[in-house]
Amino acid sequence: MTSSLLFNVTTIAYLASMLAFFAYLASRVEKLGLLGSLTALTGLILQTGAIGLRWRESYQMGVGHAPLSNLYESVVFFSWTIVLIYLLLDLRYRYRVIGAFVMPFALLGMTWAQLALQSGIEPLVPALQSNWLLYHVVTCFLGYAAFAVACGISIMYLVRDAAGAAPAGGVLASFPPVKVLDDLNYRAIMVGFPLLTLGIVTGAAWANYAWGTYWSWDPKETWSLIVWFVYAAFLHARITRGWVGRRAAWLSVIGFAATIFCYLGVNLFLSGLHSYGR
Amino acid sequence: MNNERTLSQATWDFFCSLKLAMALLLSLAVTSIIGTVIPQGNLAPQYLESIGQTKFRLYQALGFFDMYHSWWFVLLLAALSVNLFACSLKRLPQIWKVMSNPTLTLDEGLKKSLSTLATLKVPGSAAALKEQVAALLSAQFAAPRITEKDGSFHLYAEKTPWCRLAVYVVHLSILVIFAGAMVGSLFGFKGYVTIPEGESATSIVLRNNKPHDLGFAVSCDKFSVSFYDTGAPKEFKSILSVSENGRPVPGFQKVPIIVNDPLTYNGITFYQSSYGKVGQHSFTVSSPDGGNAVRLEIPSDGAAQLPDGSEVHVLESTQEVGQFKPGLSGPAALLEMHTPSGQSLRTLVYANYPELNRQAARSAGHPLFGYLGGNEKMYTGLQVNHDPGVGIVWLGCLLMIVGVYVAFFMSHRRVWVEVKDGEIVVAGSANKNPAGFELRFNRLVKQIEGELAPGEGK
Repeated sequence: MTSSLLFNVTTIAYLASMLAFFAYLASRVEKLGLLGSLTALTGLILQTGAIGLRWRESYQMGVGHAPLSNLYESVVFFSWTIVLIYLLLDLRYRYRVIGAFVMPFALLGMTWAQLALQSGIEPLVPALQSNWLLYHVVTCFLGYAAFAVACGISIMYLVRDAAGAAPAGGVLASFPPVKVLDDLNYRAIMVGFPLLTLGIVTGAAWANYAWGTYWSWDPKETWSLIVWFVYAAFLHARITRGWVGRRAAWLSVIGFAATIFCYLGVNLFLSGLHSYGR
Repeated sequence: MNNERTLSQATWDFFCSLKLAMALLLSLAVTSIIGTVIPQGNLAPQYLESIGQTKFRLYQALGFFDMYHSWWFVLLLAALSVNLFACSLKRLPQIWKVMSNPTLTLDEGLKKSLSTLATLKVPGSAAALKEQVAALLSAQFAAPRITEKDGSFHLYAEKTPWCRLAVYVVHLSILVIFAGAMVGSLFGFKGYVTIPEGESATSIVLRNNKPHDLGFAVSCDKFSVSFYDTGAPKEFKSILSVSENGRPVPGFQKVPIIVNDPLTYNGITFYQSSYGKVGQHSFTVSSPDGGNAVRLEIPSDGAAQLPDGSEVHVLESTQEVGQFKPGLSGPAALLEMHTPSGQSLRTLVYANYPELNRQAARSAGHPLFGYLGGNEKMYTGLQVNHDPGVGIVWLGCLLMIVGVYVAFFMSHRRVWVEVKDGEIVVAGSANKNPAGFELRFNRLVKQIEGELAPGEGK
């Protein structure tokens, strides 16, 4: 059994989960929603095994390090964190239908990683040889994942909101009420914001330790701060008259777009200190 | 007079407003993008040519080439600080009042404003019930404060009232981080030093190109670099020693530093940053037939000029060429030449094989080189920092993380109980997560009911 094979099975599980959620959305058969959740959970367990296996494989190759060192590994880890955060939310609040709007993100990540990215295990360059790598990457990606879930929920909010007061039945009827979506959006960001803050702080601490500067306005740093500003604005929007609901949902979507640019756009379009993430 | 009052009041309200906070956060988010798209600091000439004069002047005037220190960006940050400070100052007294002077009695107005409310009919006198409820609250929630009013007893219990301050701790933390950054830029310095192997340095070059005396000497005893089999760098390592007044400092001798593991002495930290070679290589240059031979010295980190105007520099050199060219031995150097006509070519020059050198010169049509040997050393490039503000920044970060956690995940929960003869009213509120509090509240009411009226109210 290789990690690569297991990652492929994971991808298929996420595809199956997404399709089950779509079917649930269309049919409102409760069992399909449960099937979606269970398939996602199975995928998560398989992926956890695969990540562990890849970690071990790197030690067998003599370059042992946590599988968080390049674009392929980070995209895989991002998918893992998205499913993890979604399942925790599902466990706590039991709005299964959200899976239909969150699992596509996880599936997209896994498909992209498996089909298009360099998946070889590489030795760590000197700049990444530090325990800070683990703390920094794990906190950042858990934060990003919570924002992905919030974005999925916000899209549901906007779709539901645009449909007007009375759902005409069909797909929209299985959506939670807008008030609930608004609240869930806030709760997901409530998880993501402290994690992003922790991610930025661990990044600054690492930069200070390795380079002697905790902040140097590198594009990656700046974009993480932009994301932080957007979600800080979101949190204040909730207590500002006229900004609750639709505008807050838009802020959440914009926040996730900024997150994705911070994660991928900076590496693909801009140069800077995080060039190993290509 | 009245107008002045309204104006200052309006200014104050403006700086306290949430709308301003939103506007500033979003403006900071949007403007920050500029500096990630337009190069910052030292600009490459190619870039300047590519944007043209008009754009250059515009960007220059707007401070776009150092935008995070431009007046308008600093102004936005300053406005955010004032906003944070003002709105905290405005709201703190109210919060303080809720915390230090809570409403102790459950009167009709309060009952109406609370949605989590339960009325229980229980046997017993007010005085006896009061004791039971107080004991139960102490065990299950928090010790109550008891007030007697109009013949009935009012119990008030609360949990974690201080978490109302968390938001202001977060606001304060931002100001602390700014303060730390300011201390760093006023009293700290950042610089750079290169030390060849076996030599030492007593001063560094600051970012503004001014020298800065360290007050002690750092020597580089050895520098080494290792690679993975793939050719990717694995480790850069300098062995450093510190001496003061000519005497070695104990505990700071032969300290290895690598990327991610610096050396700190006297509050000044040395970070492994780059490396290279210093020294020179000696060659003979002549026309291809061997005539007009002259000696040529090429520095390791530079180039030398030939009589025809070509520039030559050393790409690589070795003391033993046998490891690359089996069967051959002795020193060799790989040269790169740029001719005035714009051509560039490379040639391998040996110390022990003049015939091979001649063949190369003839076939490529360049002057004949002979390698006399090199005298070069590795040098280590160290980033040198002193930042007395870092501790303050970390304090700010810690405050922020703790503050954000408390602000999101803890709430000020309050429970009031009004006890009369044969009846008690329980009410509660939480400043966050009302749904979670309701579950907790209902459990509490069940417990009170079970204790005071067993068998009833099922």
